[in-house]
Amino acid sequence: MNKLVVSPSPHVHSGNSIQKEMKSVLIALIPAYLVALYYFGVGALIVSVTSVLSCVLFEYLIQKFILKGEKTITDCSAIVTGLLLAFNLPSNLPIWIVIIGALVAIGVGKMSFGGLGNNPFNPALVGRVFLLISFPVQMTSWPRPIPFNPAYMDAETSATALTALKEHLENIPSALDMFIGNMGGSMGEVSTLALLLGFAYLLYRRTISWHIPITILFTVFVMTGIFYLVDPQTYASPLVHLMTGGLMLGAIFMATDFVTSPMTKRGMFVYGIGIGVITVVIRLFGSYPEGVSFAILIMNAFTPLINTYIKPKRFGEVRKK
Amino acid sequence: MNLILVSVLSLGGIGAVSAIILYFISQKFQVEEDSRIEEVEAALPGANCGGCGFPGCRAFAAACVKADSLENLACPVGGMPTMEKVANILGKTAMPVDPLIAVVRCGGSCEHRERTNRYDGVKSCAIVHNLYGGETDCSWGCLGYGDCENSCTFDAIHINPITLLPEVDEEKCTACGACVKACPKNIIQLRKKGHKSRRIYVNCVNQDKGAVNKKVCDVACIGCSKCFNVCAYDAISIHNNLAYIDDKKCTLCRKCVEVCPTNSILELNFPPRKPKVEETSNVVLNG
Amino acid sequence: MKTFKMGGIHPEECKFSAGKKTEVISLPKQVVIPLRHYSGKPSIPEVAKGDMVKVGQLIGRADGFVSANVHSSVSGKVVKIDNALDAFGYKNPAVFIDVIGDDWLETIDLTPKVKRTCDLESSEIIKKIAESGIVGLGGATFPTHVKLSVPAGKKAEVLIINGAECEPYLTCDHQLMLEKGEEIIIGITILMKAIQVKRALVGIEANKPDAILNIEKWAKTVEGVEVIPLKVKYPQGSEKQLIQALTGREVPSGGLPIDVGAIVQNVATTFAVYEAVQKNKPLIERVITVTGKSVPEPGNYWVRVGTPLSHVVEKTGGIPEDTGKIVAGGPMMGRALPNLEISVAKGTAAVLFIPSSESGRGKVQNCIRCAKCVFHCPMGLEPYLLMNRSEKNLLDELEQNRVMDCIECGSCSYVCPSNRPLVDYIRYGKLKVGELIRSRKVQQL
Repeated sequence: MNKLVVSPSPHVHSGNSIQKEMKSVLIALIPAYLVALYYFGVGALIVSVTSVLSCVLFEYLIQKFILKGEKTITDCSAIVTGLLLAFNLPSNLPIWIVIIGALVAIGVGKMSFGGLGNNPFNPALVGRVFLLISFPVQMTSWPRPIPFNPAYMDAETSATALTALKEHLENIPSALDMFIGNMGGSMGEVSTLALLLGFAYLLYRRTISWHIPITILFTVFVMTGIFYLVDPQTYASPLVHLMTGGLMLGAIFMATDFVTSPMTKRGMFVYGIGIGVITVVIRLFGSYPEGVSFAILIMNAFTPLINTYIKPKRFGEVRKK
Repeated sequence: MNLILVSVLSLGGIGAVSAIILYFISQKFQVEEDSRIEEVEAALPGANCGGCGFPGCRAFAAACVKADSLENLACPVGGMPTMEKVANILGKTAMPVDPLIAVVRCGGSCEHRERTNRYDGVKSCAIVHNLYGGETDCSWGCLGYGDCENSCTFDAIHINPITLLPEVDEEKCTACGACVKACPKNIIQLRKKGHKSRRIYVNCVNQDKGAVNKKVCDVACIGCSKCFNVCAYDAISIHNNLAYIDDKKCTLCRKCVEVCPTNSILELNFPPRKPKVEETSNVVLNG
Repeated sequence: MKTFKMGGIHPEECKFSAGKKTEVISLPKQVVIPLRHYSGKPSIPEVAKGDMVKVGQLIGRADGFVSANVHSSVSGKVVKIDNALDAFGYKNPAVFIDVIGDDWLETIDLTPKVKRTCDLESSEIIKKIAESGIVGLGGATFPTHVKLSVPAGKKAEVLIINGAECEPYLTCDHQLMLEKGEEIIIGITILMKAIQVKRALVGIEANKPDAILNIEKWAKTVEGVEVIPLKVKYPQGSEKQLIQALTGREVPSGGLPIDVGAIVQNVATTFAVYEAVQKNKPLIERVITVTGKSVPEPGNYWVRVGTPLSHVVEKTGGIPEDTGKIVAGGPMMGRALPNLEISVAKGTAAVLFIPSSESGRGKVQNCIRCAKCVFHCPMGLEPYLLMNRSEKNLLDELEQNRVMDCIECGSCSYVCPSNRPLVDYIRYGKLKVGELIRSRKVQQL
């Protein structure tokens, strides 16, 4: 018999790995991806494939030649970042812009801080906001939802529901259309139904907990609800706010990013409320029609503070009298 | 034009007022300090290694200034040259001190001490020491995971990848004591560097009975007392089955090294011994 | 179903030896009885080389209050008193006895009939438990008489019996509850008398329905004993978690169970108390589980304390070919052994053979801040933070973040997707902070 192995306890492991967690997220994104391919056709395919491949390639190159560390692309986190970045972009975005976005997302948003686990900001959102500010025209031309659309960069565009709300236009999609995703917007954000299915899967697999998404959605619901009750002519109903824009995608997939979200349940409540409040403030009073990306990035900056000062409920908490 | 004038005057005014306030505050809150501390600190190496026993060079400088004499105050990194400089600044005399060096007292390399199990976990001596006695059957000996190497700020101690034992670089070691503190098994000791860097020590810390040790490590000290018997200077003592050489009494005669049955006593930096010449008959037959 | 509120994990139960009737392992040629228990000072030897001893004879006297007596588990001749490797990784004093026959002390009652009445007073019971060398058989081996001696100013309200056996693979307590149910109940009444309480709660995890029924059946024959099934979740058998599940009370941070009026005893300890008080039999043997995925016939065995594990393994089918690790105890908190020369101690509950394919740890990667360790920690700690601060030796921060509350259950390392050695560093941090706290107390004196 070979030499015995001696190691400290525990001697069993759940078998969980970073790769498994990432794969779980990818599976949860499948319904939204199918909807994207359906309503945005060829464009969706090109943008998503470009984004994923670029992100993986950039991570591999930076890790090998600049950081000179071990290969990390096998943990699949670059694939997730690539797909989530694509989901935040319009499907008619030119390839070169997508590649720049991937470079910023991975290079600046993730690798410059030392790779997975060290970044303070959500990399996909860093990429997306960079593109939004650098290429405002291309980033705000939203293709219409046309089943199996063969057009890519010349896809027919229209205003999204949120731009309609911001500019007080009349043509807001019906509730059913908003729910299944038959409306304009970035590739992954349109279908509330598909995203909720993904949420259910993530909860089932225990990849994420319910705290962040539910808190964000609840906060938005309550805040917009109050404004709607006060003045229904100026403000849209809370349900419209929940189902339009990037709120569902942001709440379920972007805000729950492990690395940039708080570590305790209490901290997650504070984080979720913060995102909800900032999103509503930007949507209702800011000059951008959508505020989720900014809200999440701002609260990402607060996460270390939240982690330092908000401690979990301790067992046997001795209350100082 | 008006705008520029107003801006310049107002910002300039704010700057001037702030400068005046800061000047008065710095005067009022200035810490009174003996200016010699600054001078002494400048003469020190600035490694902040703690080898002198003080938390950093500034603290040592303050201690030197405050003390009546420089006895017991020595900087191991700078050595005598630095202490002479300090003595000059303060008008005191530097005390000569025997230079010390870190000595690793374990000879249980892979060759001499068999590895009987495989450790799989965090490769840190402190953590393994907390768990069990290590990959060999000698629970006193060096674990080889390098806590000493990690603690050294002078790059003076490294784990040899073949023997899995630490080796001290004589040129770089300043005897600051960091590795001594880092070793959870108290294997490393600061001993006198010795004349011409020569030193003799028992290369083992195992306190188990000799019969047990022999099976576990070829070069373990078995507490047989042969060295104790042969030492004419009363420098060797045997406690708990382990011999110990007092470096203050040792005269480096090397008799103990010759008699040790397990080669557990090491002599460092000595010239090789002359081989014993055998008495032969010098009759040369002609023809 | 009752359970503890915070954290916890659900590892594979692997109770391969459940329901296997206990067998008696034959006597070895030589026993090596450790004089040192995990908690407390080693006992002082009462015998010397060459002495003849009988089963149950005192061979080591407790050194101080927090120490336990040690009795010979065999009859024969004392060969030597020397250091021997124990499961805690180092050599400690032990008594080596060559086995000759199986002569028991005359005072020990070997009749099988269950003795139900106990006429002793509370203090007499505790004294008898102390004399019999009873220690906690749940693994911590804390001297039982110390636990039962309620300090001044505190009052015991309820006795809690730990039948949870939450560690995977282990079934020794389960089997004991099936075979010695009546004796365990009598032991409970004796303990209730010792600490002067009217109420006892027996917590048994729901994966042992037959044990629950058996103990319930015998509990009906006495007053004040209630059996409560518990949800299967690790670490239900941890004292603080058990008390919360059964009584709803939380032991305060830094406190002991007696602070909430509870005293917890393992079922095997309870059985040993019955044997000691009713049959004058000191603690000299226990049930251990020999198990593992590659073990052809896992089972539960009565083993005399001091039996070398090599003998146990030989008599129970040998070491499986593909063994990579041998663990004394369960997979979550047991100790991996460097060899099989170690002997069965009072706290050894199992010998677990782990195949080589499962013996290696995964590659350690960066913390991805998934917070799973925080969510699963039963004590509400932040293991990722404690590991980080331990690595950097930031002892004050460790203390503020309650590192001393850690029960080392291993749940955090179990769930970590980056295979980070959380418990290793936290243990180290506890060691250093413990030293700091002790030196502070010394300075205050």
